[in-house]
Amino acid sequence: MIQADRFTGEVFLRGVAAAPGIAIGRAYLYDKQTPKVVERSVDAREIDDEIQRLKNALQRSTKELEKVLAFATQKIGDRKARIFEAQIMVLHDEFLFHEVERRIRVEKKNADFIVSDEIGKYQHRMLSAEDEYMRERAFDVEEVKNRIIRNIDQDLLFSRLEGFSVIISEALSSADTVLFSRNNVLGYATDHGGITSHAAILSRSLKIPAVVGLSRASKSVATGDLVIVDGFRGLFIVNPTAERLREYEEKRTRYLKFEQELEELRDLPAETLDNRRVEILANIEFEEELEAVRHHGAAGVGLYRTESLLIGRDDFPDEDEQALAYESIAARLHPLRVIMRTFDIGGDKVMVESQAPEENPFLGWRGIRIGLDRPDIFLSQVRAILRASSRKNVAIMLPMVTTVQEVRRARRMVEQAKEELHSASIPFDDAVPVGVMIEVPSAAVMAEHIAREADFVSIGTNDLIQYLLAVDRGNDNVAKLYSEFDPSVLLTIKRIIDGAHRAGKKVGLCGEMAGDPLATILLLGFGLDEFSMVPSLVPSVKKIIRSISFAEAERIARGALEFHAVEDVEEFLREGVRSFVSLLLVPEREE
Amino acid sequence: MIECEVTIRNRAGLHTRPAASVVKLAAKFKSDFFLVKDGMEINGKSIIGVMTLAAEQGSKLLLRFNGPDEEEAAQAVVSLFEEGFGEPM
Repeated sequence: MIQADRFTGEVFLRGVAAAPGIAIGRAYLYDKQTPKVVERSVDAREIDDEIQRLKNALQRSTKELEKVLAFATQKIGDRKARIFEAQIMVLHDEFLFHEVERRIRVEKKNADFIVSDEIGKYQHRMLSAEDEYMRERAFDVEEVKNRIIRNIDQDLLFSRLEGFSVIISEALSSADTVLFSRNNVLGYATDHGGITSHAAILSRSLKIPAVVGLSRASKSVATGDLVIVDGFRGLFIVNPTAERLREYEEKRTRYLKFEQELEELRDLPAETLDNRRVEILANIEFEEELEAVRHHGAAGVGLYRTESLLIGRDDFPDEDEQALAYESIAARLHPLRVIMRTFDIGGDKVMVESQAPEENPFLGWRGIRIGLDRPDIFLSQVRAILRASSRKNVAIMLPMVTTVQEVRRARRMVEQAKEELHSASIPFDDAVPVGVMIEVPSAAVMAEHIAREADFVSIGTNDLIQYLLAVDRGNDNVAKLYSEFDPSVLLTIKRIIDGAHRAGKKVGLCGEMAGDPLATILLLGFGLDEFSMVPSLVPSVKKIIRSISFAEAERIARGALEFHAVEDVEEFLREGVRSFVSLLLVPEREE
Repeated sequence: MIECEVTIRNRAGLHTRPAASVVKLAAKFKSDFFLVKDGMEINGKSIIGVMTLAAEQGSKLLLRFNGPDEEEAAQAVVSLFEEGFGEPM
């Protein structure tokens, strides 16, 4: 929905609030889909910078392609891999880039334009040959050209981003989000994406206000426009009036003060009024988030999504590279602990090599299923995690487990990895706990028996709810059926917690639900031991737990199970926790 | 300056892989190296240039070498063409 005020020029867009906070700043329109090349004149004094930009881009492109080549040679065979070798040779074509450099100097034009124009000449010749081979070749050259241009743009982007900016884009990947966060970005607004997209989760964790699903944000703004991102109400405002600006500046100040109050809870335990202690942990994807984990007072990391190591690359990192990454996280967190989940790939997540698309990826080859079928990948990851475990603050967690059998097989492989390290005299924690994610309905039904085979379990609500209710929450036709408070969801969670407790094991929960204020009381009342959520939500959940007694939470949880329709559950919860909610919620959250 | 005519002998013609081999070999010599086909002259040390040549099996190319080590260069490059770039002929 767009509302443009024809008198003031203020544009109002409504989307989905993805990460709380208020950002006020200049827009930077980020377009990475198709590198658009615009011809520009370059000032004589900046020609050297322009040439340097070209050289950096060639270097970066070479590095990228060398990785692709190494992967391709190994996985798709020499023949196809040659294409990349030829692409790398193009990057080193002295004749070509000598000419490009000469033209930049003589014509005083931007590097990306000259690259595009010069390589375009060759492509034109290839295409005019009207030979199938030549057309393919023109396509190869197109890929290389776009890679160079993208890398020139990226260089430019970062040089322009020195000021504080709000990034506006059609879509953002997790890798983009992290990259930008290193450059003092104030906020994000995107056309696509939902609240559970990895970029959204990451923004919350990095405490960068974000609004997603705006449909037309990138069409409604130009780089340099003054914009406001309201990450509480999901609003995006372009060219705000003076009055609006003042209103938002006040809101931002109030919010920062509120945040500061929450931070004061940092060193206090998550303990109810009647002294029941639970643990509040953080979910992370990147090492960059560790600072946020400590800053918000989490007791450790309840879910480290190791598949983030695969983002932006086409190969699997080898054991040493993984060990280095895991070791760094374990060392930085010590004495806090970290639960490392093995690669959760497949489904909508990172694909394995050039795997053919599946008709039903969510019911397909993903999570531990891939790990068990590809012992090379799984064993090298487990060895890498074990190598990071000698401080005794690391646990392993298995994703997408469906059966007891899978737990047994995975554990046997963990034992094999231990023996391998042992015979190589590499130190590790022999008692490293191995936990299981409960996110498939069959595993929920069998929770007690799975818990007996595991050292701990953790409920992954995002997938569990989708599988239980047979709802893809990204599908608008059915998304309304998705609810954390559906009675079937509550009964299932209760069943998992009770089952695991009968087996004498602790239960965590690491889905979005752990950070929801209404759900917090319910989960506490069900007897959940560990709550794991994005780091920025840790203080408010801690505040909720510290303001209620366990007895009261149990009463509310028991009460909620009496209802059989989701509306009734929600109404009861809102009623039952009203007195708490008033003191919990961020003042801006009026809608 | 040395000029010699060669015939493309391998079945697949001068596709990307042979093009890469030719350019890599030519880079080892100081002499300039050009390929001429249908009146078009291409710098043989530029991969992107050689990739624009459509040369199927049986087609003829003129190779031109010019420089201090032109004889060695000509010998090496011509024999690569004669061997059909080590591919099925």
